[in-house]
Amino acid sequence: MAQADLSMPPTEVQGGHKHPDKWKWYDYFTFNVDHKVIGIQYLVTSFLFYLVGGFMAVLMRTELATPDSDFLSPELYNAFLTNHGTIMIFLWIVPAAIGGFGNYLIPLMIGARDMAFPKLNALAFWLNPPAGLLLAASFFWGGGAQSGWTSYPPLSEITANLPQTLWCLALVMVGTSSILGSVNFLVTIWKMRVPSMKWDEMPLFCWAMVATSILALFATPVLAAALILLMFDINLGTSFFKPDAGGNVVVYQHLFWFYSHPAVYLMILPIFGIMSEVIPVHARKPIFGYKAIAYSSLTICLVGLFVWVHHMFTSGTAPWMRIFFTISTLIVAVPTGVKIFSWVATLWGGKIRYTTAMLFAVGLLSMFVFGGLSGVTLGAAPFDIHVHDTYYVVGHFHYVLFGGSVFGIYAGVYHWFPKMTGRMLNEPLGKVHFVLTFIGTILTFTPMHQLGMSGMPRRVAMYDPQFTSLNQLVTVGAYVLAVSVIPFYINVIWSWMAGAKAGPNPWNALTMEWTTASPPIIENWEVLPVLTHGPYDYGMDRASEVGPAGEPIEATKV
Amino acid sequence: MKQIPAPFWTLVLGIAVTLISLWVGQNHNLLPVQASEQAPLVDDLFSVMVTIGTALFIVVQGAIVYSLIRFRQRKGDDTDGPPIEGNLPLEAFWTAIPSIIVVGLGLYSVVVFQEMGGFSPGGHHGHGAMVAMAPQQSVIDVAPLLAQAGDGEDVYTKTQVYGFGASPLLQPNQPDVTVNVTGMQYAWIFRYPGTNITDGELHIPVGKDVQLKIEAQDVIHSFWVPQFRLKQDALPGEPAELRFVATREGTYPVVCAELCGAYHGGMRTQVIVHSVEDYADWVASRVAAATPTATVAETVADTDAAYLAAIAPDLARSPVQIAQMTHGTP
Ligand code: HEM
Ligand SMILES: [Cu+2]
Ligand SMILES: [Cu+2]
Repeated sequence: MAQADLSMPPTEVQGGHKHPDKWKWYDYFTFNVDHKVIGIQYLVTSFLFYLVGGFMAVLMRTELATPDSDFLSPELYNAFLTNHGTIMIFLWIVPAAIGGFGNYLIPLMIGARDMAFPKLNALAFWLNPPAGLLLAASFFWGGGAQSGWTSYPPLSEITANLPQTLWCLALVMVGTSSILGSVNFLVTIWKMRVPSMKWDEMPLFCWAMVATSILALFATPVLAAALILLMFDINLGTSFFKPDAGGNVVVYQHLFWFYSHPAVYLMILPIFGIMSEVIPVHARKPIFGYKAIAYSSLTICLVGLFVWVHHMFTSGTAPWMRIFFTISTLIVAVPTGVKIFSWVATLWGGKIRYTTAMLFAVGLLSMFVFGGLSGVTLGAAPFDIHVHDTYYVVGHFHYVLFGGSVFGIYAGVYHWFPKMTGRMLNEPLGKVHFVLTFIGTILTFTPMHQLGMSGMPRRVAMYDPQFTSLNQLVTVGAYVLAVSVIPFYINVIWSWMAGAKAGPNPWNALTMEWTTASPPIIENWEVLPVLTHGPYDYGMDRASEVGPAGEPIEATKV
Repeated sequence: MKQIPAPFWTLVLGIAVTLISLWVGQNHNLLPVQASEQAPLVDDLFSVMVTIGTALFIVVQGAIVYSLIRFRQRKGDDTDGPPIEGNLPLEAFWTAIPSIIVVGLGLYSVVVFQEMGGFSPGGHHGHGAMVAMAPQQSVIDVAPLLAQAGDGEDVYTKTQVYGFGASPLLQPNQPDVTVNVTGMQYAWIFRYPGTNITDGELHIPVGKDVQLKIEAQDVIHSFWVPQFRLKQDALPGEPAELRFVATREGTYPVVCAELCGAYHGGMRTQVIVHSVEDYADWVASRVAAATPTATVAETVADTDAAYLAAIAPDLARSPVQIAQMTHGTP
């Protein structure tokens, strides 16, 4: 019954000074150093940026409903394209998955009162809004950066210089933010676990954050270097990447992809962590292959650092490199496959609850199987040469990023919303949201593969009229996706204010964040919890098992 | 894992999945017609991947859907499932199978890559010149290299040429036709060395060993003919080549696949694969028509609508586009 006691609001203040039990709404607009406040700040801002990025996607798809560039000017199309990609990656997925869930959950999952460096943590968050403002400003001073989220020189050095510079500065800011965040996560997980928790008793989300943070620390500085050199070229007359003055355009690509390939694992690893938390709870079974999942995160992290050239097979790439990077890329499929199989095996034989969180988790699984397989085809250099820089690639990475990351973030929100706000989300509305998202994703991103294979390049505002009908199908899909977010935002806002009360542990889950009140009190626990069982001991004898109605229930023995 | 179906059902399902996958692999019709010697090689690789992919897709999605139906929570059952945490043989199995598959695909890719001529670009160019060249020259000579775009022989004395060359195993070293390809915002210019021919469309003979020497004048472009399954970026300052044999007469699109500015989407032209006789006629007529002084290289500098319309007929479709273009380019 320990959980019931812990859920009581603290009557006694801790540490001698006067603390409020809860933060007020205006605390969320300040330089607050509580990891839970920061986590929610990250999540809410990222969801705002998601609307902005999604709005740009809808404008792009409207343009692409016809072959000619008749809705947006081609310059504006490219600016939306560039900023859509940039916002979705750097101001939506990364801050939501790493900043939001990472900050909110890591201390709670390891039984700590806060992150190791709370002020650094707040600083890391507050680098993000100005980065967003810089991108917005770039539209008013010169029409937005136009050279794609990759910003390859020399194009990035000759189009709209001021917005390009602002774009670089924005990315350097979010990069700095992610380095600060990573140091914090590593130290927190290393040093601040409750004494009774061993490494292999940590929830898998923590393992995923370890891998993510290592990757960010290795890769991000390289991106910063590339962008700073690019800014020098644009503004100070240097010629690192200017071919007519002795520079080399391919060097930029190496620097860029050395960061940006790992960046896709950076986006997906925390999501994998979310999956490993959501699935066991709602399938009522221990996660299958705990060790395999933990180690496969680290393997992905390691191999992921040696695959970047697969983005450059058609560029200035020596033959041996094409071979080496084909093989290393294909190898990443193995640890990824291990994770997928392990989740499926976790479902197998479970007692699956059809909660919205679970639907999104299973939806992710299903999408990721397809996105992963198309990823393998792209890893094979001879085929990649045909479809590189075409809509096949756009289809593939949206399957992984939308079907993968976005579904995962939704699963996480539906799962932890009760913990974060103390209230449940509305389930029927959640299911409407899921169905629309699922259908919309398939409709939008599947035909893109066919478009790419048959000859439509990516990043075009105008295309050959033979591709019109498939493009219109895609555009309809995009509108479905646009509509799909409406029930979600309504649900979140309404439930936050007036949803059903959640109680400390509505899903009857076993990880440590569920042993405190919802929302957790400031400093998380009155008395630091003691580990009595593993994070996934479903179906096992648990001393302090509490049923949904607060009654102890028989542990099921099999 | 008691729930795994009995061996008999596993066998039946296995056979069904195999047959379906093989059928899908052979009949997917996802790729455009094959018009080069490289195309069937790439397509076979793709078909193998489609076959394997279909099998994995069916098995994994099948397992997911089956679990969702079979293992859903029953009304009133609030207990947990059985605490199965692992199964070493099973995990070893599903690590080993994908490992074997990806290693196999990796080796197969290398073989295809070799047959496509992926190992030889630059290998047969200017070895002698390379020896004579001062080591730092490859960096310093970039500016003159851009200036002399066109009569590009010297360009190819650099140590590394990217792209696909002739496979030394399959083809003699001298190409039958060489075309210098220059990408510029927003057109492709094709020049035929030794003649005065400059064109906005690529004309080549069928069944002959064609060598394209590709470079870019301003930003990165990417030369792609979907029906050839070949693509190579045109990098300013870095020579590249594509070497192939077109196997099918016809007209195919040439697409720019690398974002090269606002009108990147309009950077389209075509490649016309002639019969050998037609090609000879075309060359003869163009040589006769050419006036040596009016080379495109001189007009390139001032990009005007009439010029672009002449070299890139596809762009001429919309006069508005051209007008926007001439104002939009720096
Ligand atoms: C709301 C649904 C979405 C739609 C309809 C959509 C649509 C598009 C379109 C039309 C493009 C241009 C493709 C091209 O020409 O290369 C694009 C590019 C891109 N999208 Fe999305 N997208 C959506 C969501 C997302 C999400 C959730 C992410 C990532 C988390 C994402 C990441 C990207 C990236 C990285 C690019 C490439 C940008 C570039 O090439 O510079 N998109 N998207
Ligand atoms: Cu181009
Ligand atoms: Cu282009």
